[in-house]
Amino acid sequence: MLSALTEQPLLIALLALLSLGGIFGALLGFAAVRFRVEGNPISEQINALLPQTQCGQCGYPGCRPYSEAITAGDAINKCPPGGEETIQALADLLDVEPQPLDAEHGTEKAPVVAWIREDECIGCTKCIQACPVDAILGAAKVMHTVIADECTGCDLCLDPCPVDCIDLIPRKEGIAFWHWSLPTEETPPVDIIASDSRSRDAA
Amino acid sequence: MRDVLLATLPGIIILTWFFGPGTLINILLGALVALITEYAVTRLRGQNPRLAVSDLSIVVTSTLLCIALPPYAPWWLIVLGVVIAVLLGKHVFGGLGYNPFNPAMVGYVVLLISFPVQMSSWATPRGLAEVPGLLDTLRHLFLPDTIDGVTAATPLDLLRQNTGLLFKDLLASRPELTGWGGVGWFEVNLAFLAGGAWLLYRRIFTWHAPLAMLAVLGLCALIGYDGGSSESGGSPLFHLFSGATMFAAFFIITDPVSSAVSNKGRLIFGALIGALIYLIRTLGNYPDAVAFAVLILNFCAPFIDHYTQPVVYGTRSKDS
Amino acid sequence: MREIHDIHGGIHPPERKSLSRPGELRDTPLPAHLILPLRQHLGVPAKAIVNVGDTVLGGQVLAQAQGAMSVPVHAPTSGTISAIEPRPIAHASGLADTCIILETDGADQFIACEGIPEWQTVAPSLLVERIREAGIAGMGGAGFPTAVKLNPGDSKPIDTLIINGTECEPYITADDTLMQCQAEALVEGAVILAHVVGAKHIVIGIEDNKPEAISRVTSAVQDASAEIEVASFPTKYPSGGEKQFIEILTGQQVPSGGIPADIGLVCVNPGTAVAAKQAIIDGKPLTHRIVTLTGEALGKPGNVIACIGTPISHLMGDAALSAEERQRIIHGGPMMGFAVSDLDAPITKITNCLLAPTARELPPPPPAKPCIRCGHCAEVCPASLLPQQLYWYARAKDHEQLSEHRLLDCIECGACAYVCPSQIPLVQYYRAAKGQMRDSEQEKRRSDNSRERFEARQTRLEAEALAKEAKRAARKAAAQEKAAQNGEDPIQAAIERAQARKIEQGES
Repeated sequence: MLSALTEQPLLIALLALLSLGGIFGALLGFAAVRFRVEGNPISEQINALLPQTQCGQCGYPGCRPYSEAITAGDAINKCPPGGEETIQALADLLDVEPQPLDAEHGTEKAPVVAWIREDECIGCTKCIQACPVDAILGAAKVMHTVIADECTGCDLCLDPCPVDCIDLIPRKEGIAFWHWSLPTEETPPVDIIASDSRSRDAA
Repeated sequence: MRDVLLATLPGIIILTWFFGPGTLINILLGALVALITEYAVTRLRGQNPRLAVSDLSIVVTSTLLCIALPPYAPWWLIVLGVVIAVLLGKHVFGGLGYNPFNPAMVGYVVLLISFPVQMSSWATPRGLAEVPGLLDTLRHLFLPDTIDGVTAATPLDLLRQNTGLLFKDLLASRPELTGWGGVGWFEVNLAFLAGGAWLLYRRIFTWHAPLAMLAVLGLCALIGYDGGSSESGGSPLFHLFSGATMFAAFFIITDPVSSAVSNKGRLIFGALIGALIYLIRTLGNYPDAVAFAVLILNFCAPFIDHYTQPVVYGTRSKDS
Repeated sequence: MREIHDIHGGIHPPERKSLSRPGELRDTPLPAHLILPLRQHLGVPAKAIVNVGDTVLGGQVLAQAQGAMSVPVHAPTSGTISAIEPRPIAHASGLADTCIILETDGADQFIACEGIPEWQTVAPSLLVERIREAGIAGMGGAGFPTAVKLNPGDSKPIDTLIINGTECEPYITADDTLMQCQAEALVEGAVILAHVVGAKHIVIGIEDNKPEAISRVTSAVQDASAEIEVASFPTKYPSGGEKQFIEILTGQQVPSGGIPADIGLVCVNPGTAVAAKQAIIDGKPLTHRIVTLTGEALGKPGNVIACIGTPISHLMGDAALSAEERQRIIHGGPMMGFAVSDLDAPITKITNCLLAPTARELPPPPPAKPCIRCGHCAEVCPASLLPQQLYWYARAKDHEQLSEHRLLDCIECGACAYVCPSQIPLVQYYRAAKGQMRDSEQEKRRSDNSRERFEARQTRLEAEALAKEAKRAARKAAAQEKAAQNGEDPIQAAIERAQARKIEQGES
């Protein structure tokens, strides 16, 4: 019989491919059952990349709902506080093309923190209830103040305040936050050994 | 770049002496084509064309390619080869500093595979035949129908095609094999060796890659040489001084962009090229193996780099 | 005789040291006002304790240290505080920082100073306090609070104190001059510091291009009260980097991410050692330092002792600067320094050199060409890094690969950029990348923290809602039980009571 088979090269090729397909299919099926992972870890990973301001500018009520929406296929360019860096990180994680920030959802601004003008605060606790990360210290009829280190700058506290005494001030100003920026073609020839700070704007 | 061009001069002069002005004319034609192509491409890409052309790196590429091409290759072969080297070997990858393959070798290999006949238009060396004069050469190059009377086989070709003759018998019937590398080729290799030594002295590159390549090639030839039988692969001296060996050792594998980055890596790079050259010459289908060996190792260079990283300060495991 | 080792890589740029005549120290006239930044060190800025209008004496504390990683600021001379406000300082960013402006009165009166003559009998911790109170920070350029460096903790015993007399950067001769003119003070300071850290050995390392300094220090150590070794080694840039210096003298490498104390060493600049001697023996705080004024644009280059806080313009005037168009004044040396954006900025505790080159002397470099992967940069890197790879990854902003290739071990010496045939400003890429990485990490920590707080809040709100629900259910159950017991519906009863009250209120 074998000799009869060897005279049919097409048949042999077909049999070989079918058996290979069968073997690998069985292996994959086994792996799908044996190594199954519950839940969707991608959602967690996406959430870990988002800036956690819980501001809602993306259109979702918080970062986790947005991360779940991205898992379901939504665009990755809706997060202004995350900015370009977050879009790039998401693109790397999900292996998609990075896109510029969707202007409909806001523009990338310098990081800010909220600051309460204490002279005007009436102690109503509305801002405390609004803060998604409990970054405002205070109680009813007691002075409210923002814990700057915990504040994400989401600006959800500005609307509820009845006396409008909350400002958003830049978080990263001053020498302690300055660092060099990457040379570009437009940067005038920078001295390798001594740099001319006049020709570069403080980043 | 200028130093590299200067260093090729002794080799070019000897080539012209032994094989006629074909190579010289090719080099001039090639340089012209290269400059035009580079200027046009950098302009199209939105870069500064004068800056790109001014450092003469493209002239080095075209010169190296034209030295490797046979002296009586028709003019359109030169033009095609140079354009392919500039576009496919360099700019498609991003321009200067981005090419993973040696552009001259890319051009050479494309031509070799596409036009095998024209790529074997080698000349008979001086001493065995009349070296063509300038006008004759121009006629051969630009009116290619008159090739046939001139082309001859190179010593490496002859060794390949040898069927059953002992080396000394082969030598008797084909006087082109006289001398350590064959007539003319020995002197050419010596001239390129001199140019390369001068570049080493000027510290244009380090000794690691050339020395490794020559040492390993010589060693392989030594192991494979059995005294001149019909199966012999050629003596070590023959391999070292014939064909494009010295030219490759000092001008091709030392191209910094496409070779390994660290000195340790360069040793491995050169050694493997030497071994591959010997293998392809003796077991492969082509008489001179330099281009293929170089391209294969260009492919491997990032891999070599990854495994020859230095130990960073402060990361040594404590001995005591 | 100590075995001298070699570091990987290194370069030999032209030294240009004789231009500033090392060994000749001169004074400089007192400027009309001094600008004293509150932060002249690595760490938290000091806090001003004087007010505008106060009269102060030289040596008086003007700003107190805030915590351990902080250093006080003293008045270098007598005068009046005219302002405490942001002023431009000598920094690569060109930004301003809070400074105390002192109008000098010319009398140069100093507070009464009390040293500790019997310091050998005093506990090292008290000596460290004195050094901190004297406002001493690393004077080699890093400005690390010296008191912190001298206190690595009991888990890191110190075996050797080394004084870094290398000064490998071209043009700078401040340490050379100090070693020639203040060798005795240096030796005394070294002995004091060794006592403070408990070191059994003291080594002063000097590069062999300073023969006078070597001979002066060698003769000074003969009279020292402890045994001090003077080791000289071949000149190479950047042998003076702390890690490289340690490798040269001891053959050991400081572990990546660690400090020299991890291998039992403390390394100190000669200026810092002299300041320590002045603090302990003379009771004087850090108020002056030696600065090299050099460069071909100066008519009178040399080394001066200047008050901390002297405006750079004053020193340039003293050195007869004949400025060209677009003159750069470089704070530091040609390899690791930066151009000062405002000449009214002051010198600080870490200013070791002001370099005023002519355009011919240090011409601006041509535009950078593409990298041709020649590998010269890796050959000269003293930290055995791969500058080429770091360059590509810095351009790509690939932080993961940058960490893997150990960007943070780069000492930013500039040797790679110096040898690059394409004139790529490599060090700027690394500095930018390091800043971005630090920024990213900080942002990541913040967002992780915010996520935890948010989730904690959600959990709390849910728990509160559940508790409320549970209470309401419990009340309802209790009410229903009561109704079942009493035979009446408590809700109905409550409604009737409310209606009755309403009728009552309506009537009255």
